[in-house]
Amino acid sequence: MLVDESTVQKITILSPNIGMVYSGMGPDYRVLVRKARKTAQQYFRLYQEHIPVAQLVREVAAVMQEFTQSGGVRPFGVSLLLAGFDDNGPQLYQIDPSGSYFAWKASAIGKNMNNAKTFLEKRYSDEVGLGGLGGSIVVEAAGCGGGSSVGIEDAIHTALLTLKEGFEGQVSGNNIEVGIIGPDRKFKVLSAAEVQDYLQEVE
Amino acid sequence: MSIYTYNGAAIIAMAGKDCVAIGSDLRFGVQLQTMTTDYKKVFQIHDRLFVGLGGLATDAQTLFERLVFRHNMYKLREERDMKASTFGNLLSSMLYEKRFGPYFASPVVAGLEPDGKPFLCGMDSIGALETAADFIVTGTNSESLFGMCESMWRPDLEADELFETLAQCLLSGIDRDALAGWGAVVYVIDKNKGVIARTLKGRMD
Repeated sequence: MLVDESTVQKITILSPNIGMVYSGMGPDYRVLVRKARKTAQQYFRLYQEHIPVAQLVREVAAVMQEFTQSGGVRPFGVSLLLAGFDDNGPQLYQIDPSGSYFAWKASAIGKNMNNAKTFLEKRYSDEVGLGGLGGSIVVEAAGCGGGSSVGIEDAIHTALLTLKEGFEGQVSGNNIEVGIIGPDRKFKVLSAAEVQDYLQEVE
Repeated sequence: MSIYTYNGAAIIAMAGKDCVAIGSDLRFGVQLQTMTTDYKKVFQIHDRLFVGLGGLATDAQTLFERLVFRHNMYKLREERDMKASTFGNLLSSMLYEKRFGPYFASPVVAGLEPDGKPFLCGMDSIGALETAADFIVTGTNSESLFGMCESMWRPDLEADELFETLAQCLLSGIDRDALAGWGAVVYVIDKNKGVIARTLKGRMD
């Protein structure tokens, strides 16, 4: 209620072509963000090439697995969604605290995730065609990646609809976040004003 | 006398139209004594990538073994072959890691990128990378090789023209080098035709 909404930031950029969002414990998430960013930079330093999404996912998942098995530590209390674009096209991955990971066309984590996923299943269209993509990740609930023919606008639209479904209270540009990645391979977190514009379209 | 001229070498890589070629001489010597005349200094990494290693043969050999190791690990991890440019940067990083105790090798990387465009690069023993759109030379008499390439190379050579150009540059350059020679080997990588290997005889003295 009294929280300054502009200070809550759940979507982070790991490398120019990969973004991540979480559901769970914020402090645990930040630890993983630091490790993931370092891994991405080490890869870049070695090959002068951005890390492929699958490789970063594998590295982060390996860290999470290790924390389920090592002594003196506890597992990370987060589920993650990673969205990125590389030579293999647009990709969306989910990583669980156990360290297991899956690639999705669309997925949701966090509160109301089951309803959200059911909703996505109905809404998601898989006309591959143009290879336009949207990967948008949204706060606390929905993630949506895709290869829909119309592209990124559609993906954002679907993600916002999904998010609204299970949202307590009124959504606005100030209390949700949207991250997008397209064929330009630049992950971008939309500003509050941009999100507000997309929300207007949804209504 | 420099350790780089202990064994002797001559290596040239050239770019053509949707093809690249790389070749080396075959002499392996210890200073002025020729030990063997079938020692290739160019190695294959995968279908579309070769690396030539001049300089001290023992270091070149070890370096090549480490490169194969790194490439094998990369293939298992990423389920694909390394791009030529990626491989160049990896090699550069590996060499700079040994900045204060370097491998005495001067590498040349030649390959085709996934889109079929040629990629060439060379570097010194501590990994200072230099890319080129035309040709890269290294060896115990690189000045001569360089001069030949400067006057013979033309843009957009087809695979067979490229082979001829590189072969003549290499053989002529070798004739002005007492530490390299005894024939040569040339590999041409063509986008459509794949790899063609040819062994050449030069002045066998």
